[in-house]
Amino acid sequence: MPHLLTIAVSILFDGLAYAMFLFITSVGLSVTMGLMGFVNLAHGAFAMAGGYIVVSLTRSLGIDFVPSLLISAVVIAVASVPFERGLYRRLYKSTDLEQVLLTIGLAFMAIAAFTYFYGPIPKSVPLPSWLEGDINLGFRSFPSYRAFLILIGAILITILWYAFERTNIGAKIRAAVDNRRMAESVGINVDRLFTLTFALGSGLAALGGGFAIQLFGLTPYFAVLYLVLFLIVVAVGGLGSLKGTLLAALVIGIIDTGGKYMFPQAGNFFIYAITVIVLLIKPAGFYGRE
Amino acid sequence: MAASEPTSGAMTAKAARDRAAEYLLRRHYFRWPEALPWLIAIVCFFVFPDRMTFGSQVVIMIMFALSLDLILGYAGIVTLGHAAFFGVGAYTVALASLKLGWSEPVSGVVGAGIVAGLVGVIVGWFILRYRGLTLLMLTIAFAAMLQEAGNIRSDFTGGYDGLPGLMFDPLLGHFQYDLYGHTAYWYALAVLAVVFFFVRRVVYSPFGQALTGIRENVRRMHSIGSPVHRRLVTVYAISAGIAGMAGALFTQTNAYVTLTVFDFDASAKVMVMLILGGTGRLYGPFIGAVIYMVMEDYFSKLSPTFWQFGIGLMLVLAVLFARRGLLGLAETGWRKLSQRGAP
Amino acid sequence: MRLMKSIGVTALTLALAAGTASAATVKIGVVLPLSGANADLGHQMDKAFDLYLKLHAQDIAPHKVELVKRDEGPPTGAAAKTVGTELITNDKVNMLLGFSFSPSAIALAPVMTQAKVPMIISNAGTAWITNLSPYIVRLSFSMWHHAFPMGPYAYNKIGCKTAALAYTDFPPGKDSTDAFKTGFEKAGGKVVDSIPMGSPVQVPDFTPFFQKIKDAHPDCMYVFIPSGAHATGVMKAYGELGMRKAGIKLIGPMDLIPDNKLQDMGDAAIGTIVMGNYAVDLQNAENKKFNEEWHKAYGPDSYPDFMSAAAWDSMHAIFDTIKKVNGDATDGAKFVDAMKGWSANGPRGPVSIDAATRDIVQNENAMEVIRKPDGKLGVKVLDTTKAVHDECKVLKVGRCGS
Repeated sequence: MPHLLTIAVSILFDGLAYAMFLFITSVGLSVTMGLMGFVNLAHGAFAMAGGYIVVSLTRSLGIDFVPSLLISAVVIAVASVPFERGLYRRLYKSTDLEQVLLTIGLAFMAIAAFTYFYGPIPKSVPLPSWLEGDINLGFRSFPSYRAFLILIGAILITILWYAFERTNIGAKIRAAVDNRRMAESVGINVDRLFTLTFALGSGLAALGGGFAIQLFGLTPYFAVLYLVLFLIVVAVGGLGSLKGTLLAALVIGIIDTGGKYMFPQAGNFFIYAITVIVLLIKPAGFYGRE
Repeated sequence: MAASEPTSGAMTAKAARDRAAEYLLRRHYFRWPEALPWLIAIVCFFVFPDRMTFGSQVVIMIMFALSLDLILGYAGIVTLGHAAFFGVGAYTVALASLKLGWSEPVSGVVGAGIVAGLVGVIVGWFILRYRGLTLLMLTIAFAAMLQEAGNIRSDFTGGYDGLPGLMFDPLLGHFQYDLYGHTAYWYALAVLAVVFFFVRRVVYSPFGQALTGIRENVRRMHSIGSPVHRRLVTVYAISAGIAGMAGALFTQTNAYVTLTVFDFDASAKVMVMLILGGTGRLYGPFIGAVIYMVMEDYFSKLSPTFWQFGIGLMLVLAVLFARRGLLGLAETGWRKLSQRGAP
Repeated sequence: MRLMKSIGVTALTLALAAGTASAATVKIGVVLPLSGANADLGHQMDKAFDLYLKLHAQDIAPHKVELVKRDEGPPTGAAAKTVGTELITNDKVNMLLGFSFSPSAIALAPVMTQAKVPMIISNAGTAWITNLSPYIVRLSFSMWHHAFPMGPYAYNKIGCKTAALAYTDFPPGKDSTDAFKTGFEKAGGKVVDSIPMGSPVQVPDFTPFFQKIKDAHPDCMYVFIPSGAHATGVMKAYGELGMRKAGIKLIGPMDLIPDNKLQDMGDAAIGTIVMGNYAVDLQNAENKKFNEEWHKAYGPDSYPDFMSAAAWDSMHAIFDTIKKVNGDATDGAKFVDAMKGWSANGPRGPVSIDAATRDIVQNENAMEVIRKPDGKLGVKVLDTTKAVHDECKVLKVGRCGS
């Protein structure tokens, strides 16, 4: 039986990597739901699309994995703009139900389209050799890929935090999340802000999707299979809150990993149990507003 | 109402009030078009006698969609976890048959409905204090937890391979379940009829009216002293019970049940059916379930990928152009047609 | 001279008359997942059915085979039950064929008995399915075929004195690991841990499960996952955690290395030892021809796998039985009886149907993943256990005994 400390380190590391994946993919959803009040269930489809672009770039065009991730994020961010402007915009004042239905419909269409072009067989990506090994720190070795994921996650968190807390744009976004009408009345162009944040969120989702290929394999159904997970992170963290999404991702990532290590028979039970407990006590999530 | 009645400006306040009262008083009378769905169902038996296995599954889906309509359409509760109650009913009947030897079908369905309804009361009491995303996630989480719990105790539930070879007594001690699904079809249709007329009664009662009020303006309802939470829990329990009865019928007609009855997919599918037909209308579930199941049957033989694309497209179009479902479209069309004749 | 000629003409006429008089069309209802997340499983079998029919249609002349295909749907059982029942009552098929998922076959078992129609299973692997109806014949495998012989093999030949089990938390996973455990412990091995790894629908992050095994240091780990995306995930996690370097060998049934995903698995897969009834690299004449025909029909990048091989053999068995009953497939019980004891050489090697259990008897090969001279990944057969029966029914374990 390994030392308790070793187990704790394992759980923390693996949980952290999982949490970074959750954060990167869900943060966009949280901000757009908080900012625009729009329930976007097609978010998973953007992540899936991002993953497939990475597959095409690496396999068909021979571009390296890391640059492919960046290109994919930009492509999806740009591609998401017509959706926001042309389609979602019409439903900002609609009921939750209608937004849910529209975006689920889009997700289905996306799944069918990608099945048609890529086929249903799961895809993988060729990784550069420095991501395939592990890093040996003496007492334990850590898989390089997950270490890289944690690193990227940390960098993104720092950038996003800085952008939200210290820049003008960030302030405008926070203002619009707090009180849209007031923000509009002080001259903030909320429409443009929506488009910008939506593009950013979708781009980040694509990045998360790209990372997910190695972790879970990629099929068109990725769009809905992990959607519930992203929604859980967003709901537990609180809509529109960077801090909340991060905390929720960490809590869920680490507790789920720990649960799988210690009580694997329980399956996904822990994630749902956390969701229920948190929401019953704090219905708006950790840092949401009532 | 006479066609020559004056409109707007010429009406006195009293006349308007009377008209409203008359509408409310007369709403629950049976109108002749209401017999149509039942006539069609009976005719289908004779026109498609070899598709009755499929037919009974459609009837079960109508019942499931009807239960969802009560809470989604009439009370405005958005849930993506209604399969939880369908599953509770399905497993109640299966386990009662296996472990307790209780295989009388009709009492089984009633019992399953009661069990599911009780679960609905308990769950509803907790979660109906919330709205929006919170409520949605709680409903999803509950159904998922039931499924996981079922898998943890797969020695009991059979897990994803389920409980095969379930045996149920012949209906009313006389009608065996046949290969062609004839018995199953009439059985399911009869249960649906009983349930439907009950739901109809509820919807047209003062209770039903209160539900509409809650859906439209919950704050107003609170301010006039309506016991909102209690009403919501009640309708949630009724809805859960009906979903449970649909689940019980599912197990009985298939003689088999697996944990997949709790799937998120199942909850999403029944919502799509309801939206297609039109929420907040008694016959929306009929239209939605029939159209969805028939189209799925047809298109999945043709090209399964196109089916999925088509459903997605239909949803998008429905939201953009037909927010009240097919029945809503039909109603608007009918009104436009009849207005053409008026001065 | 003239007499000979008239005898010859008479004989020819009689022969022709006899031939054409009993020409029958045997209708087969094919039930496979053709849509949704599991479509790739269905396609592997569908392609094999079509190919066999195309190449061998003349074998049963003047009789013909007609395939009526329907979507099995998701593994809930309900869709398959409706589809299967309607194939029997509406399309009036003489038998049902296919079935990727055990729940589909389980749901239809009582229907087969009631309708007296045979069900030929080309995939579904839950051991006790064949006990559910006397009309069920299985040409694929039971979980026990691969898992049980791996037990003694691992102990005696691979050097696994201790093993950890890891499986996707659904009945095939439990079946497979139970079967391995029975065989392994019988041979003297010790199972140190048994870890369920989440539901079959979502591919989980395997790391926490594998890390736990790594910390327990068994000699081997036996893993069962549904063939598909899970398999690639397992291999990646195994490689990332450096488990081979840590001295933990990866073993399992052949579901671990599906032929059409093997190439993606990279170096991590090299050294994995599986027990299975088929691999593309299997060296026998039938398999060589099978692969050639497959590539000719479906291209150089498409590969058959164990499901295709089982589908191929299913058609072979059906065709041989049609010949045996002279094209009369209307009596289900007679057809099943005629199929009992069938044997032939297929891409898997010699296969036969056990007359008592109606289940397949086949060779099980211990195979190791190697890098072939052409740079691609492939398998090398280390050992072959001949004529393996479904041990679950032999030992009458649990439901297999009923």
